[in-house]
Amino acid sequence: MAENSSNEKISKPKMLLKLFLSTLYISAFTFGGGFVIITLMKKKFVDELHWIDEDEMLDLTALAQSSPGAVAVNASILIGKRICGFPGMITAVIGTVLPPIITLSVISFFYAEFASNRYVALALKGMQAGVAAVIFDVVCDMGLKILKNKKFTDYFILAAAFTATFFFNVNVIFIILAAAVIGTAGAFINRRREKRK
Amino acid sequence: MIYLKLFLSFLQVGLFSIGGGYAAMPLIQYQVVDKNGWLSMGEFSDLITIAEMTPGPIAVNSATFVGIRIAGIAGALTATFGCIFPSLIIVSILAFIYYKYKGLSVLQSVLSSLRPAVVALIASAGLSILQLVVFGDEKISADAVNWLGALLFLTAFLVLRKFKPNPVIVMLSCGVLYLLITAVIDYAVKI
Repeated sequence: MAENSSNEKISKPKMLLKLFLSTLYISAFTFGGGFVIITLMKKKFVDELHWIDEDEMLDLTALAQSSPGAVAVNASILIGKRICGFPGMITAVIGTVLPPIITLSVISFFYAEFASNRYVALALKGMQAGVAAVIFDVVCDMGLKILKNKKFTDYFILAAAFTATFFFNVNVIFIILAAAVIGTAGAFINRRREKRK
Repeated sequence: MIYLKLFLSFLQVGLFSIGGGYAAMPLIQYQVVDKNGWLSMGEFSDLITIAEMTPGPIAVNSATFVGIRIAGIAGALTATFGCIFPSLIIVSILAFIYYKYKGLSVLQSVLSSLRPAVVALIASAGLSILQLVVFGDEKISADAVNWLGALLFLTAFLVLRKFKPNPVIVMLSCGVLYLLITAVIDYAVKI
């Protein structure tokens, strides 16, 4: 695979440093929930560095989402482990938690002024618009790829999952479990069909 | 011992919050306000505001904030470690299973049907943020539209699609532009 050969070109300490700086950078600028950080990780590790392919990134997202704990931390554990084993996992986690630890430590000393500052609020509002744009950009990339597969079940899962989470606030875990059940059923139906042939 | 207490409290937050973000909030409230009395309810709601306004997961932000107020930097580190410790163990095990059995046809089929679901979840998260930008906390109506926010979103989206710039720069520019344009409009209205 192309991505493995490119991995071997850089030495391990260099890769760990790159991993640390990438997760640090992504975490420092990620406002909002776990999905925001995942879209940025996808841009960095899939599109830019080519360390992980897109399908695997989606699998890791599903794993990160259905495990306990913060999605951003879970995703960095999975990506770090995938890229550099156990040292990679520790490196990525430290890179991810360091920015919030530092920011919150500083803010805890003057939090009342920070929370009520009008200019801070305005800048954050503008950044929300940017975050939304980044997420839609990634959704377009991934969504178009799924639509190109032209599989009816994929269309159905996409539409049903979106309706369930956006309009009915169904717990994410149930949505992932339901999709897993559809996938399992699909596997058994396919196997039966093949046996009949 | 306060460090052990902090560690164990946030260990429970990390262990029982599935689905991230808002799922963790009631658990944090239970540990920090109701059970241990480390923060008042008012301080807790300030904490949530700050956690939403700053980078990083809410659980990690809360652990740092509470830890540092109760027991200084060491407290912040202990609480944060407690919060991510369950993830380290459980996610490692899941990753091991994933890479070991990835090739099985059943798991392949399960994973391929998870992918559209994940895309839908990300789309929904994006739409919720967009809704917050355009309508604020108000109900969806034509009067409540924040035109500047909507315009900024649309411009940023088109720039991203067309030129593929660094997303962090796009986000920061949006923040700066929003602040500047609002300030200029305020100033113009005053004159």
